[in-house]
Amino acid sequence: MYEIRIHGRGGQGAVLASAILAQAFVDDGQFAVAIPSFGFERRGAPVSACLRVDRREIRALTNIYHPDCVICIDPSLPRMVDIFAGIKPGGTLIQASARRPEAIAHPADLATLGLCDAVAIALAIFGRPITNAVMLGAFARATGLVSLDALSGALGKAEFRDADLAQNQIALRRGHAETAVIALTPEFAS
Amino acid sequence: MNTMSRAVVCDGNEAAAWAVKLARPDVVAVYPITPQSSLVENLAQFIATGELDAELMTVEGEHSVLSALQGACLAGARTYTATSGPGLAFMFEPYVRTPGLRLPMVASLVNRDMLSPQCVWGGQQDVMTVRDAGWIQIFCESAQEVLDTVIMAYRIAEHRSVMLPVNVNHDGNYLSYGVSRVEIPDQQRVDAFLGAKNVNWHAALDPARPMAVDPLTGGADAAGAARFVAYRQSLCRGMHNALEVITDVHAAWADAFGRDYAPLVEEYRLDDAEIALVTIGSMSGAAKDAADAARITGSRVGVIRVKTFRPFPVAALARAAAKVQALGVVDRAVSYGWNCGPVFQEVLSALYPSGRRIPVLSFIGGLAGADLTEAHFARVIERTHQALAAPAAPFLVPPVWINASEEGTPG
Repeated sequence: MYEIRIHGRGGQGAVLASAILAQAFVDDGQFAVAIPSFGFERRGAPVSACLRVDRREIRALTNIYHPDCVICIDPSLPRMVDIFAGIKPGGTLIQASARRPEAIAHPADLATLGLCDAVAIALAIFGRPITNAVMLGAFARATGLVSLDALSGALGKAEFRDADLAQNQIALRRGHAETAVIALTPEFAS
Repeated sequence: MNTMSRAVVCDGNEAAAWAVKLARPDVVAVYPITPQSSLVENLAQFIATGELDAELMTVEGEHSVLSALQGACLAGARTYTATSGPGLAFMFEPYVRTPGLRLPMVASLVNRDMLSPQCVWGGQQDVMTVRDAGWIQIFCESAQEVLDTVIMAYRIAEHRSVMLPVNVNHDGNYLSYGVSRVEIPDQQRVDAFLGAKNVNWHAALDPARPMAVDPLTGGADAAGAARFVAYRQSLCRGMHNALEVITDVHAAWADAFGRDYAPLVEEYRLDDAEIALVTIGSMSGAAKDAADAARITGSRVGVIRVKTFRPFPVAALARAAAKVQALGVVDRAVSYGWNCGPVFQEVLSALYPSGRRIPVLSFIGGLAGADLTEAHFARVIERTHQALAAPAAPFLVPPVWINASEEGTPG
C-alpha cells in the first residue's frame, strides 16, 4: 500500500488530479482509490485529496493520515496548511515552487524532494496557474511509480473545464521534464 | 450499442449513473442536491448525447420529482431519480405514497446527514428517518456494488410478488466521490437480465384501461376498515416476498456477471469468530481491514454487514449472530429517544426470538462526513471484547460516540 495526499487550492485541479492519477495507476495494472476532501470549495481555498495504491484490491474508503508522499501543487500553501501532517519517515514531497531546494522547509526525515516550477510552466501554457497536470508529470518523474504513458492516457479520459487536452498533455510532459529530484542528505534537513 | 463489458475509473455517483443508463429508464426526473449532484449531471449528459434514450424532467423541487415519476410509472414508464438528505425531506409526501401505490421505482439515496446543525456531508440519518415508509432499503459498500445493485434493483422492484419501490443507498462523500475501478457490464446482457418491463399491470393511467387509481379507502365501517387493512397486509407481503426475490436476483447476477454479493447479510470471517462488528454501507471496508489486523494479534473477530435493511433480514441476521458471543454494532445515524443507533436497535429485535442474550454494544460514528477509520474499528473490537469479558454486563448501555472529542483523533 502506497498512500498519497495531494494539496492544492480550489481551481487548480487537485481533486481532478487524484482521479487522473487513480486512472493511470489502474491502467498500469494496479488498484487505486481516490477520496477527495469535501465541502463547498471555493476558488483559492485549500483543498486536498487522498489516493491509495496497492497490488491488491483496496477496501477502505477513508481519508489518509500517514501518507508516503505529499504532492503540493501550490507554492504558497505550505505557509498556511500543515501539508506534512502525519507523513511517514522516509517520505516524499513533490512541491510546486520556484525556490531552490535549500529554501524548501520539510521534516528532517524526508527522503526525497521533487521540485518543479509548476506555476511558471502553467502560466506559459494556460495563461493561468492550473498546476495539476504539471505536477502529475513531476510526481511520475520523482517517484517512477506511474508511467508517463499511463498518465497521458488518463489525461485523455478526463474532462477539463478550464483547458483543453492538448495543453494538458504539454503540461504533463513539461512537468516531467522540468522536475529536479533531490535525494535528501543531512545538510538539506531543516 | 456497447456489446463488450469494459472498465472505467469513476466515483460512486458516476457508477450509479452508468447503471441507470444500462437499465434504460423511460423517464428520469431530478433536482440537484449535494452530494447527489454529479450523479444526475452524469445522467443528464448521457441523455444529452443520446446514449440514454429517456425523458429528462428538470422540475422545481423534489416533491415534484417524485410526483412526476408517479404519473410516469402509472403510465407504464420505468423511472429513476436520486436525492439526498434535505431533498428526501422535501420529497416526503409523494415518497410515502409510492409504496402504497405499489410503484416499482428505483431511486438512489446518496446518504447525507440531516439538518440541523447545518451540514452538507455524508451520514445515514436521511434514510433512517424513512426506514418505515415502505420502500425497500439496500446499502452498498463499493462503487462497483453501487453499479451492480442499481441494476438489480429494477428486477427486484418490478418482480410481480414484490412491486415496491427500492432505494439503493450509497454514502455521501466517501462513496459518492470516492474513485475506483468499476466494470461496466455489457448492455445486451443487462437487457437480458432485466427483461421486458411491466410496471403498471396493477394500477395504470391508461385510456385503454380506465380505472380509479388510489380512491378513498378505509373509514370506520367494517368493510372500509378491512379493505384498508388488506392493502397494508399486501404491502407487508410484498416486503416479505422481497427477501427471497433479493436473494434470487443476487444469485442471478452472480451467474450472469460473475460478481457475487451477499444479498441480505454478508458474513466476513465469521465461522471461527468470537465477536463480530455489525456494519452498514461504505464503512464496511475499513471494518474488514480492522478485523484482519486484529486477527494477527489473536483476536477472533468477524464482520456482519447489513446489505438489505428493509425488509429487515431477521433470520439471516440471527443466523450470523448465532456464530459469535458478542456484537459491536456501528451506526452512521441516531435513533432519537432510544438514543442509540438504528441498526443496533434492529439487531436487538432480530436477536430476541432466538432467546440468546449476548452483549451487544451500540457505536455511533461517521456523522456529517466524519471519517470512520480502521483505528476506530480497532477500538470497537477492543470494547466489544471487554464487554464479553465483563461479568454480568448490563444489556442496554449508552452508545459509544466514536467521533466525540474524548475519543481523540483517528490514528
